[in-house]
This record gives sequence, structure tokens and C-alpha cells, in this order.
Amino acid sequence: MEARIGEAAQGGTVPLLSLRDVGKRFSNGVTALGKVDLAIGEGDFLSLLGPSGCGKSTALRLIAGLSTPTTGLIDWRGDGSPDRSSTGFVFQEPTLLPWASVFDNVWLPLRLRGVSRADATPAIREMIDRVHLSGFENAMPRELSGGMKMRVSIARGLVTKPRLLLMDEPFAALDEITRFRLNHDLLELWQEERFTVVFVTHSVFESVFLSNRIVVMAARPGRVFGEIAVNSAYPRDEAFRTSHEYGELCRDTSQILVDAMNAGADDDRN
Amino acid sequence: MTATERPAASLALDPEEARRVRAARFERIGKWLLPLAIMIAAIWLWDRICVWNEIPRYILPRPGEVLYTLYADAGLLFSSLLVTLKITFLGLALAVAGGVGLSVLFAQSKWVEMSLFPFAIVLQVTPIVAVFPLINIYVDNQTVKLLLCAWIVAFFPILSNTTLGLNSVDRNLLDLFKLNGATRWQQLVHLRLPAAMPYFLGGLKIAGGLSLIGAVVAEFVAGSSGQSSGLASRIIEAGYRLNAPRLFAALILISFTGIVIFLVLSLISHLVLRRWHESALKQER
Repeated sequence: MEARIGEAAQGGTVPLLSLRDVGKRFSNGVTALGKVDLAIGEGDFLSLLGPSGCGKSTALRLIAGLSTPTTGLIDWRGDGSPDRSSTGFVFQEPTLLPWASVFDNVWLPLRLRGVSRADATPAIREMIDRVHLSGFENAMPRELSGGMKMRVSIARGLVTKPRLLLMDEPFAALDEITRFRLNHDLLELWQEERFTVVFVTHSVFESVFLSNRIVVMAARPGRVFGEIAVNSAYPRDEAFRTSHEYGELCRDTSQILVDAMNAGADDDRN
Repeated sequence: MTATERPAASLALDPEEARRVRAARFERIGKWLLPLAIMIAAIWLWDRICVWNEIPRYILPRPGEVLYTLYADAGLLFSSLLVTLKITFLGLALAVAGGVGLSVLFAQSKWVEMSLFPFAIVLQVTPIVAVFPLINIYVDNQTVKLLLCAWIVAFFPILSNTTLGLNSVDRNLLDLFKLNGATRWQQLVHLRLPAAMPYFLGGLKIAGGLSLIGAVVAEFVAGSSGQSSGLASRIIEAGYRLNAPRLFAALILISFTGIVIFLVLSLISHLVLRRWHESALKQER
């Protein structure tokens, strides 16, 4: 069931980065990623979907430069040079500094780049406003709900105006309703700023709602199993969530995911 | 916000809530009243035992007499207290500097930690009283002797707690710093040190008491040479002269000092952590 591969829209743009034959083997002998070829186009909202152990988080860490590939290379714009300064990262947990206010948490990436508080203030205020947290600048993380913490985390990821935003199951721990809201607001930000997103998730529904490309991965070893293009027009709103088209896409995606899971299980038995 | 702060007339409380409110009120009053009552009863009993058994004052003085000695010998006792306090606080300050400095060094390199930590443990587990004769041989200056003693006793909890804190940093936050190209110095200042703060303050509370113990014990051991003038030498002196009231008065001053040190350090800890750390937050049930 790899029929739909190649159908995915690349948007006709230059890839922002490409993974070429990227593999990762850990010292304990586990092969997290077998051999992954993947081009991520400028402006893509690409979801990596797959069962646990398929290497989707490992792929994200490799792209971020938090880990180096055992084989292959990660090619940025064809010249091989990574551009760390324009990468934002959002973790599964909000991962905020508990001793710092919302404002100071959003300031952090700029602060580490040597930007003073005064110089950073306009950008910080704007980002806090964009994630709908105006008025909470001085709140401490413990005073915020899970959804609000995640908003701070997104603001922090975007405050440096990155070209690429990497998100590792950011909404997995949130309740469904909060998750819907954050999906909606994230899409809004993405459309306005046109950054590129690589979004790791294990939710079929979330990946279909958000992305224009879904890359389904299989485990043992981690590899790209199939790809689905979601050509539905943006902006996508709650009406899209209840549309026939959405239902169809979710069904197709689920089918590929099931096949991917079986493929991983087959290898297990061999 | 506790349940008792609600206006009483607003809603009728069910029996369970009413019981909770009552229990909370009793607890708040009892927290102060009970220890106070027990203390007063104990002092009264002490006084009665002296009277009933006609115990001579050089064996067990009556509480009133101890109090009077505290007043009559105030000049002598408080100048001695000042000497002990000086050693205690200097020892504590050095313990903070040494403990934090070493733990920051440990945090920079696992190798340094693995190499040096055993020495810190050796220093900690060897009883100071047993080590003191050596210090007595090698160090001439009386103040330096006592300081060294207080320092050895007090620095370990700060070192071990701060080291634990510096290493207890969220992995994801470390990744975030790495991702943003943070230098080691930035990582230390903006991440590791703030994360270690609750651990450090916990160690500081223990070290405060230990520093006082170190100062007093050191003076006891050194006291026989007769040069020191802290509270411990007052106690030794009073013991030789069978001046039990002054002995008791000095003892009370020492334990009162310990309590004050603990309270002050607790207050500092609370003020520093109250905005973010779990330990300083009000329980909201």
C-alpha cells in the first residue's frame, strides 16, 4: 500500500532541507532509523505519523541537530550547512523554566543569542499576543493551565522567527477541546508567518487536520512507509473537521497507518 | 485559600465541610498554643521538682534563677555569644562559598566530580572531634582553628545538595539550550543554578545548624587551652566552678541561637522560592 507515494504536493518549491539515506543506530544496537529519504519543502506543514518506535522523534532530533546521523546526511538547501539559528523546537511537555515568568520564558531563545530585554521586548510582546496570552506576561508557569503552558512554549519556539518549527507531539498530553483550539491557532500562525513545520504525532485526526503532507512511518527499523497529500484548502476551520472530505482522508490515513503497523509486526515475526 | 475565609453567612455548610472548617481553626491555634503550653508546663514542673526535692542550686537551679543569671551575667554571656556567632556565620559563609564553588566545578565535569567527591565524603564522615587534635597541631591561630572546624562540618550538606541540584535539570531544557547555541556559562547561569536553588537552600538550612554545632564543638575541644571566649568556654568554665545557673543560661542561649538561625534560613528559603517552587506554595487541597 504505497500507491500514493509521490502524489504529495511539494508546492513546487525548493526543499528547505532533505534527509538523504539518513540512518541512526544507537550504541545499544537498536536501529532507530533504517534509511530515510525525505525532502521537506519550504512552507510545508509536514506530519510524521507512526506507531511508537518508528523513529519519528529520532528523525526530529536529527533534523534539529540534537543528534547526528550514523549514515547519510541532512542537507539544508542543497549546501549541507545546517541553519540552527532558524530552527524552533516545541517539546511534548511545555518544558518552561519554572522560575521565570511567561515573558522571560519567551525571551529565553533571544536572551541566549545576546539580545537584551529591552531590545527583545517588542518581539516578545508580539509573540505573546499572537498565542493569545496578552495580560499573562508576568504569570508564572505554575499559574497556567496545560494549554496555556503549551502556548508559551509555541511562542518561545517562534520568537526567533525561525524558518523551520519542529514539534514533537506537542499536544499529546492535552484534552481534546484544548487540542482543537491549539490546532486551530497553530494553523493560523503558520498561515500568517509561512514557516515550515515538521510535526510529530500519533494522531491520525490531528495530522489530517493540520498538514499538507503526512509521512507515515513504520518501525523496526524506522522507515518511511507511505505518504499522503492533503490538498484541502487552508484556512481549515471546525467545518473542515466535520466535512466528508476530512472523514475520507482520515480513513485513508488510518488504513496506511494500520498497514505500517502490520509491516513492523511482520518484521518482528521474521 | 482556605475554607475558613469564606463569609460565614453565604452558604450553609454541610456537616463534613463544617468539621473541616473547625478542624482547620483548631489546627491554626493549636500549632502555637500546644507547644507553648507544654513548654510552660515543663518549666513549671522543673521549678516544682527543685522545690519539692530541695535540690541545691549548684546541681539544678530553678528556672527563675537561670533567667536572673541571664540578666545578671548578660555582659559576659552576650559578648561570648557574639564570639560564637562570628565563628558560626563566617564558617557558614565559607561553607556556602566552598560548597557551591566545588559543586559548580563538579557540574562542569563528571571527571572532576568522580575524582574529588570521595574526599568530600571522607571529610564528612570522620568525626570532627577526632580530627581536631590534628588541626590543633597544624594551625596556630585560634579563630582559624574554629573556623576550619565549623567549615568542615557545614560544607558537606551544601556541596552534596547543590551538586544534586545542578545535575537535576530537565533533559528537554538542556536540549533547548543546546538548540539555541547556549554557552556553558549561559547554561550554568540561566539553567543549572536556578534549578539547583531549592536543593541549595535545603542544604543551607542543615548547614546553618551544623555550623553552630561545629563552632561550639570546636571551642569545646580547643577550650582546654583556655584562649577562647565563646559560649562553649563559658560552659566549661561554669562547669568547673559548679556555676549551674550560668551553665544553663549559656545552654539556653546556644539553643535559642540555633532556632533563630533555622528560622531565618527558612524565611530566606521561602522568600526566594515562593513564586515558583512546590515546597513554598500554599496547599490548595
